[in-house]
Amino acid sequence: MKILGIIVVILTGALLIYAMGDFPSWADPVSPAHNHVSPRYIEKSMAETSVPNIVTAVLADYRGYDTMFETTVIFGAGVVCFFLLRIPRKDEPTVRRYRHMLTGMTIRVKETRKIPPVLEEFERIDTLWAPHDLIIKTSCRILVPFLQLFGLYVIAHGHHSPGGGFQGGVILGASMILLAISHDLRTAIDRMSERVHAILCPVGVLIYAGTGALCLVLGHNFLDYGALAGILHVDPVAARSYGILIVEIGVGLAVMATMIWIYNNISSKGNYDEGL
Amino acid sequence: MSQHYPALLVIVPLLSALLISIVGWLNKRLCFPIAVVALSVSTYSSVGLLLRVLDEKVIHYHLGGWAPPWGIAYRVDHLSALVLVVVSVVALLNLIATQKSVEQGFSEKIGAFYTLYVLFITGLLGIVVTGDAFNLYVLLEITSLTGYGLIAMGEDRAPLASLNYVYMGTIGACFYLLGIGYLYISTGSLNMADISSILPGLYDSNVVLAAFIICMVGVCLKMAFFPLHGWLPNAYTYAPSAVSSLVAPLMTKVMIYVMIRLMLTVFTPGFIFSKLALSNSVVWLAVIAISMGAVLALGARNMKKMLSYVIVAEVGYMVGGAWLGNRAGMTGAVLHIANDALMTLCVFLAVGNIVYKAKGYAFEDLKGLFRKMPYTMTGLVAGALSIIGVPPTCGFFSKWYLISGGIQAGQYAFVAVLIFSSLINAVLFFRIIEIGYYEPFGADHGHGSSPIRMAEAPLTMVVPLLIVAGGLVVMGVYTGDIVTNIIAPIIPMGLGN
Amino acid sequence: MSDLIPFIVDNYNYWIYITLLMIGLYAMIAKKNLVKKVVGMNIFQTAIILFYVSIGAKKGATIPIIQHGHGEGAHEITASVIEAAEYINPLPHVLMLTAIVVSVATLGVALALAIRIYNRYETLEEDEILAQIREK
Repeated sequence: MKILGIIVVILTGALLIYAMGDFPSWADPVSPAHNHVSPRYIEKSMAETSVPNIVTAVLADYRGYDTMFETTVIFGAGVVCFFLLRIPRKDEPTVRRYRHMLTGMTIRVKETRKIPPVLEEFERIDTLWAPHDLIIKTSCRILVPFLQLFGLYVIAHGHHSPGGGFQGGVILGASMILLAISHDLRTAIDRMSERVHAILCPVGVLIYAGTGALCLVLGHNFLDYGALAGILHVDPVAARSYGILIVEIGVGLAVMATMIWIYNNISSKGNYDEGL
Repeated sequence: MSQHYPALLVIVPLLSALLISIVGWLNKRLCFPIAVVALSVSTYSSVGLLLRVLDEKVIHYHLGGWAPPWGIAYRVDHLSALVLVVVSVVALLNLIATQKSVEQGFSEKIGAFYTLYVLFITGLLGIVVTGDAFNLYVLLEITSLTGYGLIAMGEDRAPLASLNYVYMGTIGACFYLLGIGYLYISTGSLNMADISSILPGLYDSNVVLAAFIICMVGVCLKMAFFPLHGWLPNAYTYAPSAVSSLVAPLMTKVMIYVMIRLMLTVFTPGFIFSKLALSNSVVWLAVIAISMGAVLALGARNMKKMLSYVIVAEVGYMVGGAWLGNRAGMTGAVLHIANDALMTLCVFLAVGNIVYKAKGYAFEDLKGLFRKMPYTMTGLVAGALSIIGVPPTCGFFSKWYLISGGIQAGQYAFVAVLIFSSLINAVLFFRIIEIGYYEPFGADHGHGSSPIRMAEAPLTMVVPLLIVAGGLVVMGVYTGDIVTNIIAPIIPMGLGN
Repeated sequence: MSDLIPFIVDNYNYWIYITLLMIGLYAMIAKKNLVKKVVGMNIFQTAIILFYVSIGAKKGATIPIIQHGHGEGAHEITASVIEAAEYINPLPHVLMLTAIVVSVATLGVALALAIRIYNRYETLEEDEILAQIREK
């Protein structure tokens, strides 16, 4: 296998180096890539969409169709992880471990259906257990709302600074994952249950596709935000700006829910009980 | 509404996939009807598009209202319309036929299953209808990811087979992306028609040659062209039967459509056949692919693996036919896309019925089935005759075009291996039919220890199979009309003679 | 020979991307551990992202956010002329946002599959898994 790998690598590398001779030199302002399609994006995006961040304007308006399918890709990955790993509730394992807090003794209990979820002197521990550190738990718990606020800022400010739906959605998802890592998975699932994030994910993509379908129903082509001018009572250029904001919110919701969903499924190996 | 058919075709399945995902958490029994409605709307739109294309020649649709190359545009011509109809009809028939086995196998996660199913079809329909090269990559990734997930839920070796498919499929899709990047660095555009108008000035550039080779290698990885076919036999054998009859007819054929689209629209035939002079080598590679597919099928020890190697050989037919460089060869390749999708659906549905009733797909499970499951075996025989190439089924006509194209181009090795492969297919399928017809149905049937009362599969599984089997004959009889009205306008005038 | 040095030095971004691509491709083909193959896949995809982003650079240009685009100066900007040479090419960045999301999604699916394989075979080395399969 190693010899096959070396042969393939040498052949492919030779082809790529052969092609490199004809590339335009790096950062040359008159290469074809800079002079054909892009000048219109740079020069006209402010006038046509009133969004200063050209990347957001191209992403969500000129090439908004690609972005919708990109959101569908990440939604599809979340569904695949759920489909592959999730153990149905009736098959969930019934062995749990508890630690007596006063003496430090660990007990292992089967048939846990009759035990109430919260006990006074016992704490529930995972199979791979590390002692919970007060400093980490407290500081992460304080940090999470600020992270979420920053995530919302990144989504809302995608028009004016680097950011947008994907970036903000990942930060929002990371805030919940931080809670799951610093405390344990059950705490995070108590905050945002499985049903909530599994339904929020398609709802986010539905916001995007629904906006496009709304434009279709109103007579324009799919994802032509100018059609929203009638509903929102603004001129078409501002309607594009608002349309971009709406779809970015949809994207942020979908990405946040999917990140949490994928993390929950992978770290707990499907049983949503004992995570990292 | 009819001017929005290109958009409705892809949007309605996408919206319903999202709806199914939400509804799956609330009420599991609504998932199947929503899926049926979505795929029926797609089938209706694709047939409507085909009728429109017969009048208007090419249909453009600008998404977001922006003209290409600044926005993404759909471009539907005869080739796309034909493949669209084939994909949506195959998907709808398969959905109805496999409902019972899906309920049996995935009862708790049925919402997730139908979401992935409809997303897979959305991706395929989008690949066929788009006119933008990067949009094709995104849709290809949707198709691939949902395919990986669907295949992995089979029995014992399925996750490993799916992971191997992940590795090879990702290399293929990333090579395609790299090729598009090379085209972008030399032309500055991503729209297929725009690229093809800028390229003729750049034919001498190394970058364009490298872009072509890299794109082709990527597409060949995804369509399982020998020797890059390593993922296909295991992935299709160990997948659940509802998934194999969905993925097997469609995935490789749509990738061949992508190859033909790249050959005809982006890199025009002038570049490929006159400048590159690669067609001889590619036809020889196709010859090797067909013969290896046939030989490996002879060595297979169960039904599904044998059929997977038959698919590898069929891919060789289509690649060889497209690269012959004349009208008859290209006609044969395009006709074979439609025919092969139907034939593969027919045989895989029949195997699915057998698995549902006999709980296994080894050759021993077929004993005496002609008496117990007559309709299913009729469907299997019809599919087998079409794969062998017996008139009046459609398989004969596409082989006819491929053979006459091979004779015209002087590629006698290709003609010889086509005939050789038909003989091997005949041996393979007569072996199965002999087991099914002559061997008695004994108490030690297949895996069961108790003599199961074997009956025919339920009606929802048999009726679509018989519709497809009938469709094979109908397609064969109407081949002349299809070729003159739909396929002939696709091929540019200057393509060899 | 004398223009080999400028060939290497001027195009160093392309050399870096080719090296990374080959490392990722070799890891995917030659390594036997399933997770190492996944890491190789990620390196491979990252190399392609690097290639696209390096296409978008322009000498002396700034990031593609219209300066003074909001606030009091906004109205004058829509009226004045914006030079295309002052801002780098936004299109490769847009395309690579998509590619990064796709690579994360593929990574998630590959890891879920690896977990399922581990549950079944208790190992992640390809040769041990094939040996277990052959024994059956």
